[in-house]
Amino acid sequence: MRPADLLQSRPEGLYCPPGDFFIDPVRPVARALVTHAHSDHATSGHGAVLATRETLDIMAIRMGEGFAGSVQPLRYGERVAIGEVATTFHPAGHVLGSAQIEVERGGFRIVAAGDYKRTPDPTCAAFEPVRGDVFITEATFGLPVFRHPEPLAEAGRLLQSLTQFPERTHLIGVYALGKAQRLIALLRAAGHDGPIFVHGALRRLCDYYAERGVALGDLPDATIERGRSRDFAGQIVLGPPSAFASAWVRRFADPLIGFASGWMQVRARARQRGVELPLVISDHCDWTELTTTIDELDPTEVWVTHGREEALVRWCSLTGRPARPLHLVGYEDEAED
Amino acid sequence: MRRFADLLERLAFTPARNGKLRLIVDYLREAPDPDRGWGIAAITRDLKLDAVKPALLRSLATERVDAELFALSYDFVGDLAETVALIWPPAPGLPTPMPASDPSLGEVIDTLHAASRREAPQVVERLLDRLGGSERYALLKLVTGGLRVGVSARLAKQALADFGGVDVTEIEELWHGLAPPYQPLFAWLDGDGEKPVSAAAAPFRPVMLAHALGERDLDRMAPGDFVAEWKWDGIRVQAVSEAGGRRLYSRTGDDISGAFPDLVAALDFDAAIDGELLVRRPNGSIATFSDLQQRLNRKTVSAAQLRRYPAHLRAYDLLQADGRDLRPEPFETRRAALEALSARLDPGRFDLSPLLPVESWEDLARLRAAPPDPVIEGVMLKRRDSPYVPGRPKGLWFKWKRDPHVIDAVLMYAQRGHGKRSGYYSDYTFGLWTSDGSLAPVGKAYFGFTDEELEQIDRWVRANTTERFGPVRAVRAEPDHGLVLEVAFEGLARSTRHRSGVAMRFPRISRLRWDKPPGEADTLETLEALLPEPPQGLGSSRSPA
Ligand SMILES: [Zn+2]
Repeated sequence: MRPADLLQSRPEGLYCPPGDFFIDPVRPVARALVTHAHSDHATSGHGAVLATRETLDIMAIRMGEGFAGSVQPLRYGERVAIGEVATTFHPAGHVLGSAQIEVERGGFRIVAAGDYKRTPDPTCAAFEPVRGDVFITEATFGLPVFRHPEPLAEAGRLLQSLTQFPERTHLIGVYALGKAQRLIALLRAAGHDGPIFVHGALRRLCDYYAERGVALGDLPDATIERGRSRDFAGQIVLGPPSAFASAWVRRFADPLIGFASGWMQVRARARQRGVELPLVISDHCDWTELTTTIDELDPTEVWVTHGREEALVRWCSLTGRPARPLHLVGYEDEAED
Repeated sequence: MRRFADLLERLAFTPARNGKLRLIVDYLREAPDPDRGWGIAAITRDLKLDAVKPALLRSLATERVDAELFALSYDFVGDLAETVALIWPPAPGLPTPMPASDPSLGEVIDTLHAASRREAPQVVERLLDRLGGSERYALLKLVTGGLRVGVSARLAKQALADFGGVDVTEIEELWHGLAPPYQPLFAWLDGDGEKPVSAAAAPFRPVMLAHALGERDLDRMAPGDFVAEWKWDGIRVQAVSEAGGRRLYSRTGDDISGAFPDLVAALDFDAAIDGELLVRRPNGSIATFSDLQQRLNRKTVSAAQLRRYPAHLRAYDLLQADGRDLRPEPFETRRAALEALSARLDPGRFDLSPLLPVESWEDLARLRAAPPDPVIEGVMLKRRDSPYVPGRPKGLWFKWKRDPHVIDAVLMYAQRGHGKRSGYYSDYTFGLWTSDGSLAPVGKAYFGFTDEELEQIDRWVRANTTERFGPVRAVRAEPDHGLVLEVAFEGLARSTRHRSGVAMRFPRISRLRWDKPPGEADTLETLEALLPEPPQGLGSSRSPA
């Protein structure tokens, strides 16, 4: 069997003809398998959605209960027949509920990893290596300049700044799904057990993580009455990136603005955002993780989806692995890293 | 090295002066000797390593990384040293990840100092293998001489003063006699040693500054107690020639001798003169500030520049003469000594700032309103009995600037601010009407308004956006709908870098003209009329068509 008979790129996304389903389609389709609930992978309007319980719950929180005609929750490791293929979801280590999707037919196996990382993260199940004939990898940080530092040390830098500038509110930009909860968990692990204030847009997802057993500690609302801006002096306040372009920022006295993202590794990116405290914390693989994962899984062929496909394909060719870019459209490079 | 790299990282992203100060002071408290001294020297750029050319970094990296992957990475990162620092792979045969190693800054600098020019690349390579990513970046910026963290020498000295609880003028006085890593200085600041004795030949003496004249000040001042002088629009300097040393200092104590060898060569006296650095035109008249800029911020200066823009010192004050400190003396005594000295100086390089005949404040106001030279930016008043006191002492010296120029311009673009102003549209590009009825952007201003006005403009920008490009919004700017800003500025020069052909000096928002329809704002022609005459033989061919 040719690999493209099992999975192929279509404008809607990655399509499986013998199973008649799409993986992470960006337009409404009859049947969608969704790797995780980030908005560029999980869209509304599909006839049926198959995903992990957590991904379906988060999609409902973000898009409302009627986001799809029907939903079917799948457990990690559960083998499900769809049409002529068997599919299995495996943990991807990216955010809560994130999965790799294994598609198998007649002993031929493709693993679509979706977004994934290998760095330990207490807020979601760890990436599980699954061998297949074809491995489909993302390449968000697919350049050899990306080698993420130890995340706990980055959290430590935030805490150090808090002791150096105890009169300033430390306002940190985080993506609502995954990064917010990960940063909170890192701060807890680094010994910060005081309150961490959260913007309203982060509230429901933080509550959901807590419901699913991810301990995040005391997370009061970052709401202030007029004239009480000093109440937040020396506190950590988390907000989504969109809030930093709005009037919300002004409520805080003398804010020190930070941002937690893998992009912060590149100084020009951090400067572009006007960030005073760039924190290099990523929910994606860095270059080392990408290349060691490919080495470890040793697939016959590598397909590269969104990100810096060119560099990763180049690396594969240097190491003698057949590889090609998939040129899928619609995945935003920096939407929710 | 890690602690130093952390400091650089934080400094590079911290915009506020006070924030930078605190970061440096904390570093001085935490880092051991001699690291903290080397750290300060790196920041003030008194540490000269320049061991490696940037091109060499690239070849070091591409020996280990595929050239195509390097090119893709450099393209993405945009800075060579940063790309090399991030991409640097472990040496072949070494374990990954490397065992944590954190050589001290002092050790790294000793290693580099000990290496010959020929050995330098290999030494840098071996250091890169021992360091983490952010330390590698710090190292590469040090060895290529590209360290820029937005900290002036003055700010670093202020941090030393804050750290030791001494006055910054004490640091400034000592500075030029000290060499990195400044151990006697730190011993004194720690309270473990005597204050170092200023050992420099031709040391800098901290400068005396004037207060801006307040509206009611003149009512309380007697004209007879003061002398008046023009305030020249050049660079305040201190020319020192003592014990065989000759130096020209900026008013913050930076040594700028290298850019003005013509003036330094003429310092054949034993004295310290406070004055204004100006450049002359071939006809002997004083050139404008934009001509002076041709000579500033250069390490070396070409023969053509020496000829075209010869440096000149207009003397204001005498701080030291023939081994005697004149600073405690009254101004009049110092002035008499200055006049005596100036009689012996090369008139092609030096002259005296003339005293103005002022019997009443009306005389002074008249002079200020119509100065005889375009290079005058106002008048100075100095108490006849004032000693020379470093800093800005109250009640002794006053400056009274000419009214700045103002124009009414139309807001065209607004950009989101940083730091404290995150979330506000606080940087404004404004334009003037051209003859074809369109608006030409003429400048940018981001201060001059109150917090309340900032909120008003911000609200207006959000409600009148026509287009968005990243952090920038274009706003409605039509003859009958838009926002008029009264913009004040200090001077004007022709510029090939600005689309309008003119560049403003220190533009700022002086008033919001909510009342004025944009159609009644000024034209580019009005602004061009304020341009100084082009110097003879220069620039006339560049006037706008
Ligand atoms: Zn994602």
